[in-house]
Amino acid sequence: MKKRIIRLSVGALIFVAALFVPAEPWWLRLAVFLAAYGVIGYKVIFKAVRNICYGKVFDENFLMAIASIGAFAIGEYPEAVAVMLFYQVGELFEDFAVGRSRRSITDLMDIRPDYANLKIGDKVEKVEPDQVKIGDLILVRPGEKLPLDGVVVEGDSMVDTAALTGESAPREVMVGSQVLSGCINLNGLLVVKVTKVFGESTVSKILDLVENATIKKAKTENFITRFAVVYTPVVVMAAVVLAVVPPLVIEGAVFTDWLYRALEFLVVSCPCALVISVPLSFFGGIGGASKAGVLIKGSNYLEAMASAEYVVMDKTGTLTQGVFQVEKCQPAEGFTEAELLYYGAHVESYSTHPISTSLKQAYEAGNGLVDQNKVKNVEELSGYGVTALIDGKLVAAGNGKLMEQKKVDYCQDQMAGTVVHVAIDQTYAGYILIADKLKEDAVSAVAGLKKRGIQTVMLTGDNRAAGEAVGQKLGIDQVYTELLPDGKVEKVEALLAGKSKKGKLIFVGDGINDAPVLARADVGVAMGGLGSDAAIEAADIVIMNDEPSKLTKIMDIARKTMVIVKENIVFALGIKLLVLALCAVGLVNMWAAVFADVGVSVLAILNSFRAMRVKDQ
Amino acid sequence: MKKTYILDGLDCAHCAAEIENNVSKLEGVDSVSVSFLTTKMIVETAEEPTADMVKKLKKTVKKTDPDVEMKEA
Repeated sequence: MKKRIIRLSVGALIFVAALFVPAEPWWLRLAVFLAAYGVIGYKVIFKAVRNICYGKVFDENFLMAIASIGAFAIGEYPEAVAVMLFYQVGELFEDFAVGRSRRSITDLMDIRPDYANLKIGDKVEKVEPDQVKIGDLILVRPGEKLPLDGVVVEGDSMVDTAALTGESAPREVMVGSQVLSGCINLNGLLVVKVTKVFGESTVSKILDLVENATIKKAKTENFITRFAVVYTPVVVMAAVVLAVVPPLVIEGAVFTDWLYRALEFLVVSCPCALVISVPLSFFGGIGGASKAGVLIKGSNYLEAMASAEYVVMDKTGTLTQGVFQVEKCQPAEGFTEAELLYYGAHVESYSTHPISTSLKQAYEAGNGLVDQNKVKNVEELSGYGVTALIDGKLVAAGNGKLMEQKKVDYCQDQMAGTVVHVAIDQTYAGYILIADKLKEDAVSAVAGLKKRGIQTVMLTGDNRAAGEAVGQKLGIDQVYTELLPDGKVEKVEALLAGKSKKGKLIFVGDGINDAPVLARADVGVAMGGLGSDAAIEAADIVIMNDEPSKLTKIMDIARKTMVIVKENIVFALGIKLLVLALCAVGLVNMWAAVFADVGVSVLAILNSFRAMRVKDQ
Repeated sequence: MKKTYILDGLDCAHCAAEIENNVSKLEGVDSVSVSFLTTKMIVETAEEPTADMVKKLKKTVKKTDPDVEMKEA
């Protein structure tokens, strides 16, 4: 790079000097211009000749060589040198811009750990991360990157997961915590037992995924590539026609004039600006998204997100936390809330069902531990509930069927969630409502989608009351409940058939049991990819930190990227066609042609940089 | 099977497109994708590419853009 700049500067100086050389003797003037030309453009000429030897004729080098030699031939010495100089300076800018964006992308992906501190006995050895085996112990000092996935066996600390999730709030880890590679250990010394080899670690997977994202090309990209294949020969042919036909047809036309115009055509014929800026914009968008904690597996998915028409969401784990919590304790007359919870939590204490766990959690949050010694004669009645003797009282807890069996009058209202009725000594004590909790940003996520004109749909296997309650709270357009997994596929297929041709259907799930739907949708988005291999495998887009509000963010990034892509296409083609037209009638000179080639490329590349910057909502 | 190669010296975007185009025409290549930004080429073939196949790939790349050197990743 530096050498090139020096070479071009020297050439430019000779060029300026040449402008002051007197017109006579002619050979001196020509010699000085040729010297400047040689210094500036010898590489271009060399490449042009070499590439012809390889059977590659119409490349940029060849065109520039022909154009400038042509200018020499018709006596336009300053123009010949200036064109070459301008072209080379443009190329320099272009390389610089490409280099910069390549670097910024690697920076974005700067989560690859360089080493691991392997602990062998009392000794610690610095090794390559891929030499560490499963079960090995590694030491992670404050400020270091976690090189591999594992479990903390010693120490506690805060870790920064920003590189993986885009979330800046650090997470606390202690003995027993799962930790993921790519996170940064902030303050404490950790000893981690490795659970995955480097190739399988989260960080490798993410890097692989984003690096290969440009391999899955967007439709627009493929179109541009195909277009470029046609564009160049067409312009070259037009150039030949322009050089040959007018001098024959138009009276008094000078051949060299038209030849010169044809040369300008050749210079404009390179489709670089298009071919370079479009993939660059997509990559910028993907890079920006990964910075925000969203992995996009291909430019095509980013493109599809921009034209989303339906967003179909799973309920549990996507809009809700997938964790059951006691939402309400409704004691019957003569009982208190505390009593109800006390008996409810104790009678269920031997069960490991999520419902029982949530009862236990709710009780222990406000009181002491659940004391299993108080519970005697536990009897589980599958499909009904459980009965036990607690403090000498016969407690029954379960669904309505159990109450009927025990001949207890109970509250029969329809409720959203799972209801546990409790009876004590044959008297109804009330019910405890257990429901899945909405994610904090679920409401704003759905509102954001609707604001962007997207139809929202929720699918769930849950009962109607629970599903519709959630749907209503969030303001979702269509809610389908009590669906089995294959019912979800059917619903998605029906929606796919009903949507407009250009609109895309996005499915968002937690990636655990909805792989078929993820695959069937135009774009499958998985939630909570953090550490979940299944989600990373199955989906096209992975939201690393469970937040449904990231959906609107992806959409904004996608739309912005598409705008930039379109801007670049229109701008590059527009300038090129304009310059071609002006060249044909002889209104502009070679300078404009070179600008239409390299100048436009540089501007388009600079524009595509914008795709990488992601605004915070 | 998919194999990744590094295209060293790839600095012109439409050359990347041309390389992709030319390699895709080679016999035995099921699909190919060149990423200009990561300077990588992923070639999908039915079987493990033979030394001959790799040679052919190298030659095609060189012929399309003499500035580019194909290396095995």
